[in-house]
Amino acid sequence: MSNEALEQTEDSYLTLQSTSEFQALRKKFRGFVFPMTAFFLAWYFLYVLMSIFAPDFMGQQVGQPGITVGLLFGLGQFVTTFAITIIYARWANSQLDPLAEAAGAQLDAINAANAAGAKEN
Amino acid sequence: MALTLPFAEATSVGSPALNIAIFASFVVITLVIVIRVSAGKKTAEQYYTAAGAFTGRQNGVAIAGDYLSAASFLGIAGAIALQGYDGFLYSIGFLVAWLVALLLVAELMRNTGRFTMADVLSYRLKQRPVRIATAISVLTVSFFYLLAQMAGAGGLVSLLLGIQGEMAQNLIIALVGGIMITYVLIGGMKGTTWVQIIKALLLIAGTAVITLMVLGKFSFSFSELFQSAADNSPAGDKLFEPGLKYGKNLTTKIDFISLSMALVLGTAGLPHVLQRFYTVPTSKQARKSVEWAIWLIGGFYLLTLVVGYGAAALVGPKAILAAPGKANSAAPLLAYELGGSILLGVISGIAFATILAVVAGLTITTSATFAHDLYKEVFKRGQTTQDQEVKVARIASVVIGCIAILGGILAKNQNIAFLVALAFAVAASANLPTILYSLFWKGFNTRGALWSIYGGLTSSIVLIIFSPVVSGKPPLVEGGPSQSMITNTAIDFHLFPLDNPGLVSIPLAFFLGWLGSVTSKEHNAQKYAEMEVRSLTGHGVAEPVNH
Repeated sequence: MSNEALEQTEDSYLTLQSTSEFQALRKKFRGFVFPMTAFFLAWYFLYVLMSIFAPDFMGQQVGQPGITVGLLFGLGQFVTTFAITIIYARWANSQLDPLAEAAGAQLDAINAANAAGAKEN
Repeated sequence: MALTLPFAEATSVGSPALNIAIFASFVVITLVIVIRVSAGKKTAEQYYTAAGAFTGRQNGVAIAGDYLSAASFLGIAGAIALQGYDGFLYSIGFLVAWLVALLLVAELMRNTGRFTMADVLSYRLKQRPVRIATAISVLTVSFFYLLAQMAGAGGLVSLLLGIQGEMAQNLIIALVGGIMITYVLIGGMKGTTWVQIIKALLLIAGTAVITLMVLGKFSFSFSELFQSAADNSPAGDKLFEPGLKYGKNLTTKIDFISLSMALVLGTAGLPHVLQRFYTVPTSKQARKSVEWAIWLIGGFYLLTLVVGYGAAALVGPKAILAAPGKANSAAPLLAYELGGSILLGVISGIAFATILAVVAGLTITTSATFAHDLYKEVFKRGQTTQDQEVKVARIASVVIGCIAILGGILAKNQNIAFLVALAFAVAASANLPTILYSLFWKGFNTRGALWSIYGGLTSSIVLIIFSPVVSGKPPLVEGGPSQSMITNTAIDFHLFPLDNPGLVSIPLAFFLGWLGSVTSKEHNAQKYAEMEVRSLTGHGVAEPVNH
């Protein structure tokens, strides 16, 4: 890649970044992953803190021997981890990927337009 | 049920010859596969990342193979057998951590980098200083992890092969290291990945068999299993309540919070885990890799719960503690109790395979960092040929392998369990803040990265040195050796009360990254745009990186 062509590609990144479509993609992505991260971290640390500071509550037996509140809480961590994995993968495959692909196509279009403009000059 | 088998006082269990035979057949079979899939000359891309040729599912299985190290396989089963609830609590951090990788790191890393973690971290910052800092941090984390694995090999040997002599143990460690180097040199990332895939399948299948056999003994009733575990444990019903390990006093409680933080934030900062995301072609496949990894790792830890309580019920804490490997021997002893020498042989073979596969993955990652980041980008300033770079990577693999062997021999009788926790703490402090800032924060810059990496690295290591894991823990019995790394009770220079530095060093590294960035004016808008567009769309990944 020549230096000139390189600068154009970098410019096209800037151009794409400033489009409302790209900003919508970023917003959509962050709007999903940030709250989800906050949720699972809060839920995990709630479990850790309860186990550490409320051992009597977590140690209560529920029904059969060995089945304690804490064990159910812990198994709940598995359930939420699996559930978040499924929810995120579905959401990303159906909602995020089309937007990302569209933005990628837009980048190619900007590059093509730049290249055509460079030829005219 | 008391264990009346002769090995409680003997030095080994089962038939060493059978254990060796099963392990040897694993080595032969995987070696043939490695040679078949990957012989021949390699480009740098093939050597470091198998040129992104794996599918998401294959990579997900390989990630599980890489992640379920001997520490999680043997260590967690033992922790659950001895400490019940607290052992289970420990395993959950290792699983939940994968959500950080899934949501925030895997896809964006795949879209932005090509070879190493430093590719991403230095993308929009000043190349040389950031690459050097990242390389130092990668080498440190991987070294601790490597040492823990190799030292673990020594302990396993004495348990499983009945080898007690100093010299013989050293030879076995050297042998394991030598086989690993062979895999890496012949197979590169492709061969190593196949070893990890095979190992993961064997490990999960073996654990599933043990789980079914345990449940079968208790007519598939969990409450019978739990009841029997409690009856057999000195802790009784306390086995199912929090506190056996971490509940002693306020310090151990805060220490556990620190450890939890390091576990949950460290996984997505482990270099050998990040390296695996480059072995698939697209971010969609990277997503699929983590999905598979989460199912397999989560499923595995659920099985471990049964294995751990099964060991408590059928082997008993007394026999476990009396065995040479202590807690680590819970799973092998349970296998022997359930299936005699043959099942024990299979589980031992899998345990060795585990060490082999994990160490090989670490070696590839470390050699990539050395050859790509330090040799090519820093020493040669990008002016070198592919052949030259791969040659350096191969030499680095051999050197790292030898260091691992030497370290394993020196550390084999040390209390090294803390090394894995330390590797997670350093990864969470020195790597993760910079990874997240550079992917998500526009205002991040070189000063922020350097302060965060060096600050996180230094603080975590200094805190460890002055923590009770190195010196000053009280002895287990009056007049006995200290439980610290330095066993001499007269030497005590611990100043920091916690075993794990994460609680201090992780927030500090995030803070330093922020502070460094806001006090520096540097900002490369073009590079930021390029990185952000690439990270979210995946466009431009296959093109050469123009720095």
